[in-house]
Amino acid sequence: MIRSALLIAKKDLYSELKTKQVLATMIIFAGLVILVFSFAFDPANNTTKAVIPGVIWVIIVFSGILGLNRSFISEQRNDTMQGLMIAPMDASSIFLGKFLANFSMMLVVELVSLPFLFLLFDFQMYGGFGYLILVLMIGSFGFISIGTFLAALAANSKSSEMLLPLLLFPVTSPILIGAVQATKIILTNIEKLSSAMAWIQLISAYDVIFFVLCFILIENVLEV
Amino acid sequence: MSANLEREKGALSSSEPVAEKGILVPKILFGATVISILASIYLIFIYSSIEKTMGVVQKIFYYHVASAWCTFLAFFVTFIFSILFLAKRKRIFDTYAYVSAEIGVVFTTIVLTTGPIWAKSSWNTWWAWEPRLTTTLILWFIYMAYIMIRQMDGVWDKKARLASVFGIIGFIDVPIVFFAIRWWQSKFHPIVFGNGPSQKGGGIEPDMLVALLVSITALTLLYSYLLQKGVTLENMRIKVTQYKEKLREDLEN
Amino acid sequence: MIEISKLIKKADNKLILRGIDLKIGKGETVAILGPNGAGKSTLLKVLATLIKPTSGLVKINGLELRNNQMKIKKLQGYLPHSSLLYEHYSPLENLVFFGNLYGIKNAEEKAVELVKEVGLSFFLNEPVKNFSRGMIQRIAIARAIIHEPPLLLLDEPHTGLDQGAISILNNVILSMKAKGTTTLMVTHDFKQAADICDRIVIIKNGKVADDFRMEEKALDTVSEKYQLQVEGVS
Repeated sequence: MIRSALLIAKKDLYSELKTKQVLATMIIFAGLVILVFSFAFDPANNTTKAVIPGVIWVIIVFSGILGLNRSFISEQRNDTMQGLMIAPMDASSIFLGKFLANFSMMLVVELVSLPFLFLLFDFQMYGGFGYLILVLMIGSFGFISIGTFLAALAANSKSSEMLLPLLLFPVTSPILIGAVQATKIILTNIEKLSSAMAWIQLISAYDVIFFVLCFILIENVLEV
Repeated sequence: MSANLEREKGALSSSEPVAEKGILVPKILFGATVISILASIYLIFIYSSIEKTMGVVQKIFYYHVASAWCTFLAFFVTFIFSILFLAKRKRIFDTYAYVSAEIGVVFTTIVLTTGPIWAKSSWNTWWAWEPRLTTTLILWFIYMAYIMIRQMDGVWDKKARLASVFGIIGFIDVPIVFFAIRWWQSKFHPIVFGNGPSQKGGGIEPDMLVALLVSITALTLLYSYLLQKGVTLENMRIKVTQYKEKLREDLEN
Repeated sequence: MIEISKLIKKADNKLILRGIDLKIGKGETVAILGPNGAGKSTLLKVLATLIKPTSGLVKINGLELRNNQMKIKKLQGYLPHSSLLYEHYSPLENLVFFGNLYGIKNAEEKAVELVKEVGLSFFLNEPVKNFSRGMIQRIAIARAIIHEPPLLLLDEPHTGLDQGAISILNNVILSMKAKGTTTLMVTHDFKQAADICDRIVIIKNGKVADDFRMEEKALDTVSEKYQLQVEGVS
């Protein structure tokens, strides 16, 4: 199962490497979000620092949704989804493969856009860098895993680009609340690390529950 | 073709006793709903005492809490029938899940309208990002999304399958949402809310409790009546499309 | 090889397959003919495990379809209307990917060999999106047989192909047949059906209307029987 999943992930990433369509769109979009925020909140103003944790997650959520939308729609051309479904593997392998591909693309986007954000807003980090990475990882993990699942679900609809955000945002609200809070504490108030850890635990619990749930339910989604 | 219809009629008349039983249940439910709603209105407005600090506005609390209860009940029913549908793949389970979700959205809307009215008088603000209210709001969004899935085009079993999956995901999400919001709020505004909004915890008068319990019973009965009615309607709709299909086929051949 | 009994498929209360009974022995090449909307493609999709039947029993190689999906998927190569190929991948990359998914060893060698067999070695590394319909169909058939399946399901493989492509396709099918592969082919092309198939099944309104063996390559017989079944009766 892992082997087929890796094959699918490799296939997706390799084709992304060839076209660079989705990744480029995601990164440019992230840049635009930063730009819009710099208009909305004056970067010269000190109070702006308070919205940085929120901005980080807005970037992740919005650029993430662009990638998620493409993930299953791209399989509709030439019905390649059928090609995957008649291959000897479980539906969960397809889910896992797609998840790995989306997750790595998300990480690339974060890697490029977040330093850019800190640079443009002249943000001084006080907290531990390692903790920030941890929050980003588990937050993105949860967001992308449930996002991949719901993208597979929404791909059945003709207007899946519109449907996906409607499905995804309310369901992922605990992750967003937790991740923003934890990021805020880590970036500005590292003394309260214990409460950040509590949030991290909440997100991890969410990640585990929904990852397992997606694994069980994906078979019902990927059925013609 | 007409012979075919005759045969259908025959088949229908043979199932008469079942139909009679099918009429009795909603009648009882309807009667019970009307009586209990009238009783609850009497209890709320005449029997129970007026709350000291909030005054008459507090009366909205009975239906607010009762609707909130029905909201969770409705979505729990959706959840259960979604699981049943995925396991058994019978259309009737899906119909129950769907109708229950629709009624749930209506009750959620009631909660979300009565909530701010009450909040305005008790906290002097229309909306507070209070865990219960916020969770209800997110719940409303989740089930609107559920209904959006139902509006997709395609054959019914695909829609039913996807909606069931989302019904399960959505319901499991709700407690997590609640904890996340509760935690978020208690960390940052512990003094304002804390135990505040829990009016039940704040010691409820016995006469109020009676009124509340009767209101909850009344709305639960209303919910069951609506569910029953909705499922019957939906079944009829399915039947009609079946007959249409049959007619069309007969005309073709 | 394939045993189908009382297969019924409903979609939205509409019966698409209404009780198909069919037995196909190993090594047979069977053409499925029938008017549009008769349920031919649906039948193929059920066999390919893409659609769950409403009721009825399907056995492939003695394995029940419902419970042995994994094994059955390995046994068959399925070629639907669409090519199932990734557009910006070259034939080689496409075939290697699918070969690996099916878990075959030396996928690359096999892929190169197959591309050669369908006469496109010159385009081995070109992205598929620039290909013509005929070329795509040839790569698509290569994709379907990359794991050397003992059962081949083809859905209108000849549509939109020129004579050259048709003969290459037929050669591939015949060489698979020589290896003992069972082939099930939905088609509208009587000539091709008569040419390469040794049994014809006519499906009408979700039921098997006629089922006969081909003696010689008698195109006339096929047309005659088809006329009788499909146009003559109603």
